[in-house]
Amino acid sequence: MLRRYGSQYAPAVLMIAVAVAAFFAFPFNLAFLTRILIMIVLVLSLDLVLGYAGIATLGQAAMYGAGAYAAGLFAIHVWADPVAGLLIGALAGAALAALAGLALMRTHGLTLIMLTIAVAQICSEIANRARDITGGADGLRGIRMQPVLGIWEFDFIGRTGYWYAFAVAAVVMVLLAVLVRSPFGLSLRGIHQSPERMLAIGAPVYWRRHAAYTLGGGIAGIAGALTAQITQLVSLETFSFALSAEAMIMLILGGTGRLYGAVIGTVIFMWVHHTAAANDPFNWLFVIGAMVLAVVFFLPTGLISLPPALKRLAKGGRHAGS
Amino acid sequence: MDLLLNIAVDGIAYGMILFMIAVGLSVTMGLMRVVNLAHGGFALIGGALAHWLGAELGLGFWLAAPLAIAGTVLIALPLERVLYRRIYGFGELQQVLATIGLTFLMIASVNYLLGSTLLPIELPPALRQTVDLGFRQLTAHRAAVIVVGLVVIAGLWGLLDRTRFGIRLRAAVDNRDTASAIGINTSSIYMLTFALGAGLAALGGILGAELLPIDAYYPLRYMVLFLIVVAIGGMGSILGSFVAALAIGVIETASRYLVPDLATIVFFGFVILFLAVRPRGLMGSA
Amino acid sequence: MQGLEVRGLSKRFGGLVVSENIDFDLKPGDRKALIGPNGAGKSTFANLVTGILAPSGGTIRFDGQDIGGMGEAHRVKLGIAKTFQITTLFPEMTVRENLRLPILEREGRGFRMFRRASGDAAVEDEIGTLMAQFDLGPLADRPVRDLAYGQQRLVEMALTLALKPRVLILDEPAAGVPSSETHLITDAIARLPEDLAVLVIEHDMDLVFKVARSIVVLVQGRILTEGTPSEIAGNAQVRELYLGGGHD
Ligand SMILES: Nc1ncnc2c1ncn2[C@@H]1O[C@H](COP(=O)(O)OP(=O)(O)O)[C@@H](O)[C@H]1O
Ligand SMILES: [Mg+2]
Repeated sequence: MLRRYGSQYAPAVLMIAVAVAAFFAFPFNLAFLTRILIMIVLVLSLDLVLGYAGIATLGQAAMYGAGAYAAGLFAIHVWADPVAGLLIGALAGAALAALAGLALMRTHGLTLIMLTIAVAQICSEIANRARDITGGADGLRGIRMQPVLGIWEFDFIGRTGYWYAFAVAAVVMVLLAVLVRSPFGLSLRGIHQSPERMLAIGAPVYWRRHAAYTLGGGIAGIAGALTAQITQLVSLETFSFALSAEAMIMLILGGTGRLYGAVIGTVIFMWVHHTAAANDPFNWLFVIGAMVLAVVFFLPTGLISLPPALKRLAKGGRHAGS
Repeated sequence: MDLLLNIAVDGIAYGMILFMIAVGLSVTMGLMRVVNLAHGGFALIGGALAHWLGAELGLGFWLAAPLAIAGTVLIALPLERVLYRRIYGFGELQQVLATIGLTFLMIASVNYLLGSTLLPIELPPALRQTVDLGFRQLTAHRAAVIVVGLVVIAGLWGLLDRTRFGIRLRAAVDNRDTASAIGINTSSIYMLTFALGAGLAALGGILGAELLPIDAYYPLRYMVLFLIVVAIGGMGSILGSFVAALAIGVIETASRYLVPDLATIVFFGFVILFLAVRPRGLMGSA
Repeated sequence: MQGLEVRGLSKRFGGLVVSENIDFDLKPGDRKALIGPNGAGKSTFANLVTGILAPSGGTIRFDGQDIGGMGEAHRVKLGIAKTFQITTLFPEMTVRENLRLPILEREGRGFRMFRRASGDAAVEDEIGTLMAQFDLGPLADRPVRDLAYGQQRLVEMALTLALKPRVLILDEPAAGVPSSETHLITDAIARLPEDLAVLVIEHDMDLVFKVARSIVVLVQGRILTEGTPSEIAGNAQVRELYLGGGHD
């Protein structure tokens, strides 16, 4: 028993330790570390949708952007409470995913991938046209958040932002860990592995996929809301194809369908991005292109299955119930 | 009346460009079952080569364009051999990832060699003049695009219907296991088809540069557009791609003329509704 | 009427007629076999009954209710289940998880999100019972991808039975199974609940004669004849069909 819980909670303890260590090791890079945390939330949402439910999407940014704009507008016009804003972001992401999902979940393969991209482009176009509300290409400005839970003011260096983002990422992680072990999570894995068999055991595959897409949209919306609140700015970039593609690359780099893979992939990708790329976006494209091809050909199941120790760890987390 | 004619002519010319670029994508997807997001990259390579040959080396359009197409094919052939061949058997996701990676490399290469600015292709005087149809003036370029598009589909039709290659290709699309079991060399068919698709994309990229301007980000900017043609036409169907490309060309042009502010939204809205009702497109089978 | 009642069922793929005017009954406790050459339309018939395919004409009734227009999942809930000609399981999951899924779906718990899938003792007991029935106990925690094909066929039968069906269709349960292991399948069929209505589609005549009390012969989408095993064995047309040509 002890052993089982040991291997189950070890990764969580490790992650908290790393987060604390990073806070003290890079006190002047908190903005960057916070971006990593936000991306982790986005990539986790993608892991639910793509890694577990097997819904191939290159448009997760649509829900991320919806959450960001919704939270930003809510803070400006209604109430600048961060947690309420997160809920609004989650609702916006989930609502968009639920609506788009009605059409998207009827399709598969290439058509599905293409439509997910198209939805993000429509959102971007709408945000661009609705200049009076969203600020159009200039972005949404003037977001001023109240203290988190009425206690912690957002500060210049980004300490509050960092811990706030960390707390949200941790809650999302725990929620997803519960979710993927539930009957619902098991059925998503079932749909991923054999939709024919799922139908043949009487499961409403379409609605199950729709629910997964909606939940994933809600989590992506939370990630978007975090960005809006912490950077106090929402731009059209939140809907960009590049963001969706990078999220997918991070997920596959780390390994799909494991949650921890999403974390590891995001950290490594963002770190490479930070060091290799920063000032020249085209050079960065060389690096990312080569990196992606290397992963596809040499590490098809992601970095996480590279060291056997990590692999055991991941399995311990994944099969602890059986 | 004039408006309708404008929409028709511009829409059909635009559709022909979309058809030339997307048809190779549709056939390779139907044949090799590969989700190839990098296909627009061949149109970019064609356009970039034509620009370089014309603007930098001073070759005339009539020489630069065929050379650029040939150059694109020469780049596509080894890519098929070295890269694509290995991902045919992969899962959808790995294919998406690999071809996104390739797209990024294409963009970065073009930028490295030619910069990130617009890469204009100058049309020869013959294509810049206007043709008088009696009821309407038409630029020779639009007319040429429409004629070339018709020649391409007629040519593809003939190729598929009248040649041994075509018969084998159709057999391989219908069932590649059976095809290779009865001794059809699917490997060389894949390569030829891929090269043909890339060459047509280059042609479309060059001829369409006025409508879809060439720069390094071209493959990402128009990725969805090309994928829409394939998805609506139905994977692997040449006729489907043709009909879909023309319909999309006309619808997009019409919404630009009629509801300019909402064009993108209206257009995508149509596409999503259509595919929700017919997920396999006009003529898709599998 | 109790059970399955098919009348005038037909199915066309474009111009190809794959099922033509099929009348067929299956009552609780029946043990029927459907035989016929490759391409006769046997799998298509099974897919029509389970709702994977939509018929071009005719009616399908179950306990008197017209189910011809119902979706596949809905028919499963009514109690019609099948195994596929090519094993269709959750390959990356363990045997235990493969059996857990249908039980949870049957109980309507597929949308539960905040409980452990493995947390219900009654469900786990039921999984244990099923595994014991098919001698799968020792394999419980192996991914089914790693199992021998014959064992996978057993897992699929157990999985289907976990739905507590009232009609069970087995599409070539012994296809691809080495002949040394066919007896496992035959035994498993023999041990199915008495009142279950069972239709076995099969090529292996030994198996058919061991398990079936009635045999339907399908040729080119039409029912050629129906009878007891001895009638079928003595039927000249059937012997012509099986000895003269397309036996594989
Ligand atoms: N989805 C389909 N589309 C077109 N033809 C099909 C399809 N499914 C089966 N067929 C054809 O129907 C015929 C009967 O197939 P099937 O029912 O699988 O036969 P059996 O199970 O008796 O071997 C075959 O000729 C097969 O090619
Ligand atoms: Mg069959």
